[in-house]
Amino acid sequence: MKLLNYTTKYVSLLLLPLITIWAIAFYYAMLDEIYDSLDDGLENHKILLTKRANEDPSILNNTDLNKHVYTFNPISENEYRDFKDSYRDTLMYMYNEDDFEPVRIFESKLKHDHGFYKVKIVTSMIEEDDLISDMFKYLISLYALLLISILLLNNILLRKIWKPFYYSISQLKNFKIEKESKIITKPSSIDEFQLLNDTITKLIKKSSDSYIEQKHFIENASHELQTPLAISINKLELFLENHPLNENQTKSLASILDNLNRLTRLNKSLLLLSKIENKEFLEEECIDFLSLTKKITEDFEDLLLHRNMSISIDHNSMINANMNKDLAIILLTNFIKNAIIHGSPNQQINIQLHHNSWSICNIGKPKALNKEDLFTRFKKVSYSNKSSGLGLAINKAIASKYNLEVSYSFKDAHTFYIHFHQTLI
Amino acid sequence: MKILIIEDEPQMLDNMRITLEREHYQVETAVDYKTASAKLGVYDYNCILLDINLPDGNGLNLLEQIKTQGKAHGVIIVSAKNSLDDRLKGLNLGADDYLPKPFHNAELNARVKAVLRRLNFEGHNLITIGNVSITPENREVKIHKKVIELNRKEYDILMYLITNKNRLVTKSALAEHVWGDHIDQSDSFDFIYSQIKNLRKKIEEASINVEAVYGVGYKLNIN
Repeated sequence: MKLLNYTTKYVSLLLLPLITIWAIAFYYAMLDEIYDSLDDGLENHKILLTKRANEDPSILNNTDLNKHVYTFNPISENEYRDFKDSYRDTLMYMYNEDDFEPVRIFESKLKHDHGFYKVKIVTSMIEEDDLISDMFKYLISLYALLLISILLLNNILLRKIWKPFYYSISQLKNFKIEKESKIITKPSSIDEFQLLNDTITKLIKKSSDSYIEQKHFIENASHELQTPLAISINKLELFLENHPLNENQTKSLASILDNLNRLTRLNKSLLLLSKIENKEFLEEECIDFLSLTKKITEDFEDLLLHRNMSISIDHNSMINANMNKDLAIILLTNFIKNAIIHGSPNQQINIQLHHNSWSICNIGKPKALNKEDLFTRFKKVSYSNKSSGLGLAINKAIASKYNLEVSYSFKDAHTFYIHFHQTLI
Repeated sequence: MKILIIEDEPQMLDNMRITLEREHYQVETAVDYKTASAKLGVYDYNCILLDINLPDGNGLNLLEQIKTQGKAHGVIIVSAKNSLDDRLKGLNLGADDYLPKPFHNAELNARVKAVLRRLNFEGHNLITIGNVSITPENREVKIHKKVIELNRKEYDILMYLITNKNRLVTKSALAEHVWGDHIDQSDSFDFIYSQIKNLRKKIEEASINVEAVYGVGYKLNIN
């Protein structure tokens, strides 16, 4: 949920009880005021009647409320003395409405000449149910109006305010440290956003610097390792030739040599990764993936024969793409080599070329590999301790260099894919 | 056969010198640009091993000097950089081969021999060893003048072992030379063994044999 909608949600939730409480208070205050003014009117009416009785005593004979809005009823002196003015609400038939409607009755006493009277005056009352329903309607519209204005304000004003924020975020989304892309932030007059922008810029610069430093470190370390490795390997080889050694001694030396060779391969793979990332493979040409696949498969003929495996190549279209030839060879070789090494002996490996995807499928361990970190460095899937654990990482680096996608799926067999976004015809 | 090694790392230089001297080459050495340049001005060499990262100059400039002298030197660039750029520049300037460090002694030996052979310094194209004769141009192998059918890999193995005859060739050196980086995994040793077995069957008649050395590597012996 977006921040502006989030606040709107809470504001609207809070508005509902607020408006309700306010409505109740308002209703009672208004009602109180209405009663007050009705009662004043009734009292005034009584004074007017008293004056009129002096001029026209016949009105004192009005005893029917249905004929006049007032009545006079004679009472005894004792009753007169004890009588207290009172107001009460009741229902009375209204001809215009053809219904019983609430009315307010004022009961008071009156002394005329020597007679005592109880006087009743009626006035029509406010219809409370109508008032409530009217008020309810108006309040609902007020609530809706408020919500709409808040939403509009949020969407127009806040969106404008948050623009630099979303801009910075979109920049971050596209940022790839290995591509050495730059982040451009929009200056903002809002302190918080400016702070965010400054922090992002600083953070990115720091990360990029240390990334480049790391990259150079790996490259330099790998380079520096070459010479001592070469010296050690060559010295041991000479030693093996020069000295008559027994079987155990020879085997120990050979195992040291093996490990040094492994280190050499590992080092070469790291260097290759650095070189791909440092964009050292610039030359590109149109690569025909079908014939390249065939050629590489032929190179593995002996190993396939040895493991009693075979590779079938199905294609329903050609795949041609612009790439560096060496990298294309490494990409396919790594996949094909993996399929042979990790595939079960006596099984067939199938390579398929469809118009924009190249895939290789082999039967191996009946368990899916972990997709998450399959293409990361040093994630070994096999128990063979001689694999460098860098083959798929190299493939991933090559793929991202050429905007290809490499993926893996498992369905009884292990399948690796290369998806081409742009192929040449 | 005179060879000059230009290499600034003394231990590396030593290894290369010993390896090549064992093949009865006359080996001279230079540890920096200046010495190398001076030696090249005075003497002729059949093959020059050139490290291009020298402390006092770029080896590629030495290569230019060698080529302008117009002598028929074979030049192999030896580099720890293994950069495509250097490789291309070197080969464009007329180097015969490019050997990235680290390498096996057997590989160094094979590369030097190949260059010398290509430049015809050995005087003839035919390699003869015992009753086996090989014509490298058309990859033809004869035992007792009878042509033996070897596949591509078997031929490469045999040539490599012959080049390094009487020397121990480790399995990884052999695997790297014949199959490149393709075979560097766990079951490579088993795999190489089966390849050698096939080769042995085909050269049963020959007066050379491939001896397995404690499962570490192989040695080609002349009976």
